[in-house]
Parts: sequence; structure tokens; C-alpha cells
Amino acid sequence: MIDDGAIVFSFYMLAGGSLLCALMVAFVRNLIHAVLFLALTFVGVAGVYIVLSADFVAVVQVLIYAGAVGVLMTFAIMLTPASDRMNSETLFQVPAALLGLMVAGIAVFVAYDTNWDLSNSEGLRTTARLLGEAFLKPYVVAFEVASVLLVTAMIGAIILSREEDAGDA
Amino acid sequence: MRLATIVTDNWWDIRDLSNVSGAILDALADAGVPDWGIYVVSALLGTLAIISFIGAVAIINIWIERRVVGRMQSRLGPNRLGPFGLLQPVADAIKLMQKEVLQPRSADGLVFTLAPIAFTVPGIAILAVIPWGRNMTLAELDVGIVFIFAMSSLAALAVFIGGYGSNNKYALFGAMRVIAMLVTYEIPIVLSLLGIVLLTQTMNLSEIVLWQEEHWVFLIMLQPLAFLIYFFSSSAELNRTPADLAEAESEIAGGYHVEYSGMKFGLYYAAELINAVSISTIIATLFLGGWWLYKVDELVPGWMILIGKIYAVYFLFVWTRGTLPRFRIDQLLAFAWKWMTPMALLNILLVAGQVTLWEETGWSDAVLIPAFIAINGAFAAGLIVGWVRVMAPKFQRFPTRPRFYSTIDVPPLPAPDAAMTQP
Amino acid sequence: MPDLLLWTVPLEHVLIFGALLFGIGLYVALSKRNAVGILMGVELMMNAVNVTLLGFARFVESPRPIDGQVFATFVITIAAAEAAVALALCVAIYRHRETVNIDEIDLLRW
Repeated sequence: MIDDGAIVFSFYMLAGGSLLCALMVAFVRNLIHAVLFLALTFVGVAGVYIVLSADFVAVVQVLIYAGAVGVLMTFAIMLTPASDRMNSETLFQVPAALLGLMVAGIAVFVAYDTNWDLSNSEGLRTTARLLGEAFLKPYVVAFEVASVLLVTAMIGAIILSREEDAGDA
Repeated sequence: MRLATIVTDNWWDIRDLSNVSGAILDALADAGVPDWGIYVVSALLGTLAIISFIGAVAIINIWIERRVVGRMQSRLGPNRLGPFGLLQPVADAIKLMQKEVLQPRSADGLVFTLAPIAFTVPGIAILAVIPWGRNMTLAELDVGIVFIFAMSSLAALAVFIGGYGSNNKYALFGAMRVIAMLVTYEIPIVLSLLGIVLLTQTMNLSEIVLWQEEHWVFLIMLQPLAFLIYFFSSSAELNRTPADLAEAESEIAGGYHVEYSGMKFGLYYAAELINAVSISTIIATLFLGGWWLYKVDELVPGWMILIGKIYAVYFLFVWTRGTLPRFRIDQLLAFAWKWMTPMALLNILLVAGQVTLWEETGWSDAVLIPAFIAINGAFAAGLIVGWVRVMAPKFQRFPTRPRFYSTIDVPPLPAPDAAMTQP
Repeated sequence: MPDLLLWTVPLEHVLIFGALLFGIGLYVALSKRNAVGILMGVELMMNAVNVTLLGFARFVESPRPIDGQVFATFVITIAAAEAAVALALCVAIYRHRETVNIDEIDLLRW
């Protein structure tokens, strides 16, 4: 039960702010501004994670999403200079908006209709140690596979973005 | 009269500033302020203290940079304003304030203005997780170290915003180079601090200081290689010489802050100093024991000891700035990938072995800790010397021509005459 | 103070937040012209999924409540890897076609 007044207030502020920034990502007319609003959305969502007692995941979210994926997207925009910077939409705007609303509506309906098996716990106090133990004892195979995936992604990204005339096999 | 050597709970005992804030909050609670009001007021008090520290630091460090670097370079430094040039920061601040803040017409207005702010805020936010005393932490996070990494990586985005918002191709080049450098040097930073986390089994900064107190040792003695790697990598993260190629006047005409003037530039300048102090605070807390100094902290307030250590580490930063020449970007990136990262990984392997030895066998700390200090010191020295022998380019003792790449086929010069081969 | 707001955060509100973020991400992913814009939508959807997962980890009875956070960490990791590869693809396509406008990259269409 999250019932401390200050925490409840901050949850609604952070959630509202994140949704506002996400809407600005969709509707602002400059692509760089959209990426900056996206980074701000990531930080806002990290705040929501802290409300949900996931402190380690929150700082990892800021570190990886806002710090690395945000920078990656700005780099991609900078390396594609002749592309469309006006953040305009294709012809699929209205169907896409309808689809987004419908999917959100279905999810909200399912959320209210299902009988969740709620627990009365007060939230985890220190998650880093438990996360470490979970990564190394039950989920160790997934952990190792994720590290192999990261190496593969890194090699793939390097090969894909290499200059063509520098390839000496 | 006996000197009170145990920190008391009286509100005037400044060895523990939480007494002061505790007295204020108790008075407020007695006056009937609700819980969330107390929470907000305590956060504001702590923030006020940190921001006043930052304000003082930004002023003093301007003087330290210019005067100390000047003395190291055999010149006087500022000496006209006040004794020893101590009023020079005031003159600098007034000069920056009265300059016109020029904004290029085609620069992106909001982004241009926001960049110095976005660069300053993560540097100040790092100071929230630092323990300034035994129970004087503004935000005691259980994941404090990862919070520090997150704030450092946000600074990278801020640098890019500044470079892009200037609408100037040199600014953009400088910003891209800086981001490449920042992103590369995040890896040795994370890996070197991982050795600390392995030893102390916690990511909470106040618990790391308490670990150092409990085991009666500074972590710099147990992890010298991690200290060196962290020191150099964070001086690269801070864009300080020897890694300041992206903002040096002679390199790229100022880099990402070429279009800034007046107080916006002043904010960038102050932000770099504040970031330097934040990193010095982290080094002082993690490696040098924070507010603890072998029982001296029962007499002298802990936060004064910490500020002394901060300035000692900051002096190290200024020393390297005044002494070392600047690196090229490819030299810097090669240094990060080929030297810092493998050495940090080997350090983690060694520390993991030592921690396992510590946990598995029941040998006492008095035996193991000096043994670890000796082993780690020898390992650091041996690894650095060995790496230099293997990886560094061989240099001639009496160079006869400049050597940049070993693969370029340069025709041999005529034989030098006797006047040129002076030892 | 009248009870206009419930002073708790029920699970449903967290799920509504996740659902709305997912809807916005879906709109961005389906309607942007620039390939990097589409990727921004995909990242928003991943974040929405993480919010939902962490909401469940916090509120729902479970034998090991850390599992939701483990799953969310894996989602973050894999989203970062996928963003890297996708943006490298964008850069490679730009080098060949001089554009990342998805309306113009239609060589495989009928």
C-alpha cells in the first residue's frame, strides 16, 4: 500500500509529467526537441520506478536510457543530416491514433476487470542485493545469454556503421 | 576541563550538523506542521547547505585554478586584486555579468539556454548522496554509486545540447568529440568503482565510509589501481587537461561553448568547476575515507575533514592540469580502450579473488588487510610497468625525426651532424 | 480537507499510466516519417512495459517479489541493444539512400 501523502503526490506529478513529455515527443515540430523530450520522459519514468520501490532499476534506467540511448538517438540524427527534421507524420496518423487509443483502452479495461492477487507488503527495501542474487542463482542462464546478446549487438552495430571503403576484411 | 570527544546531541554541536537541522525540525513538529511539511523542510535545509557549499566552491576554485596553475608554470598568476590575487574571482564574476549574452540568430533558443543548466544540475545532484558526517547524508540511497554513474552520463547529453544549440559546425564537432570521449571513459569509471563495491559489499556511500572506519583502512591503500584509473578517467570525463581537447582554445576554438558569452559562459565555467569538486568529493569519500580520519573526527567536525580531503584531491586535479600536455583524441580513446579498461578488468578479477579468500577462510582482518595492501600495491605497480613495456610505442632515446605512426614509410634523413645528438 | 483524492496509489492507476504510455508510443511508432522517430516510439513502448512489470512486482503477491525487477532489467538491457543495432541500421541505410524517410525506402514493395 503506497499511502504516504508526499509519495502519492509525487507519483501523480511524475506520471503526469511523463505522459505530457511523451505527448510532446509525438507532437513537437522539431526532431531534436522530440529526442530531448524523450530523454525527459525517461527521467520521469525513472521517478515512477522509485515510487514503485525499484531504486536500482530506476538509476539503471537513467544511466542507460537517458544517458546512453538518448545520446545514441541524437548521434543518429546528427549522422543523417539530409533527413526530415520536422518530425512530421505519415498518412497513417488517424488510424495510428485510433489504434493507440484502442490498445490503451483494452489494457485499462483488463486492468480494472481482473481480480489481482494483491499483497500487503511494504515494498522491498534494498533491491540491489536481491537483484544480484536473482541474476546469479535462478536466472543465471538468462544473464549470460543477455551478455552474449550485448556483445553481438555491439559487433553488429560496428559492422553496420562502418565505412565501406575501409573494409579490409 | 575535559574536551568532549564524543559527538553529542546538543544543537550547538557542529560536529554533527544534523543536530541543528534536527532541532529546527523538532521545533516545527511541535508547532504542528504535518509530516509531509517536515519532509519538505528537511530536504530544503539539506539542499540549502549543499548549494551554499557549491557557491563558495565555485568562487574559491576559480582562484585556485588560476593562481596554483600559474605558480606551477613558473609564473605569478593573478596578483593584482587583493593580497595574492584573492579578489580575482570577484573581478571575473563582475566581468562575466556585465558582458552581453550573445545568442546567434539561428541558434535554437530554448536548447541554447538550457544547455548550461543541464550541465550544472547533475554535478550538484551528485553531492546529495555524499555522507558529510556520521548521519549527515541528504539522500541515503542504497544504490548511491550507480546514481553517481547516472548523473555523469546525463552530463554527456547536456554537452551535446550545448554543441547542437549553437548552430556552429565547430561547436558540433567539439560536442561530438566530447561525447565520444565521455561515453568511452564511462566504462573504466564503472569498472574501477566496481572493485570498491566488491570489497565493501555495498553500494551505499555512507556504508562504504563506515566500512573504512570499521576496518581502519583507507580504500586507496587497498585499491591503488582503481584510484589511478578512476582519477584519470574522471579527469577525462570532466574535460580537464590532459583530456580537454574538445574545449581548448588552441584545438577547436573553444568547442561546444564557442558561441556562449557573458553569464551563460560563466555558468559553463562554473559547472566545470562544480563537476570537478563533485568528482573530488566522490574520490575523497570512496578512496580517502570521507569524514573519517582515524579518530580525528571526534574532535574536528567530520564535514571539515571531508572538505579538506576534497581540496587535497582537487589539488591533484589542478596539479595534473598544470603539468601534463594535452592528448589527441585518438590517443585518448586508445588510452581508454587499450589501457584503462583491461587494467580495470584485471583489477576486478584480483579483487574478486581476494574477497572470496576473505569470505571463505576465517583469517582475521589484521592479517588479511596488510597482505591485501601489499599484494594490491605490487599488482598495481607491476601491471602498470608491464603494460607500458608491452603496449607503449618504443621511443628513441635521442630522437632524430618525429615519430607519429610506425606504419608510415618515411624516407631516411641524411645523417645528423654532431651538434644535433646532444644528450 | 475533503477526500477528493484517494491518498493511496492503487495498482490500477499504475497500469493506466503504463497503458497510456504504451498507446502514445504506439502512435509515435506508427505515424512518424523519420526512422529515428519510429525508434522513439518503440522505446516509449518498452518503458511502458517496464512500468507495468514493476507495478505488478510491487503490488501482486508473489513467491519471489524481485522477479518483476529482474524482468524489467532484462527489458532495459535488450532495449538498449536493439536501439544500438536499429540506429546503426538507420545510419547504414542513410549512407545508401541519402534518406531515412520511411516513405522513400520502399524498394521491396510490389
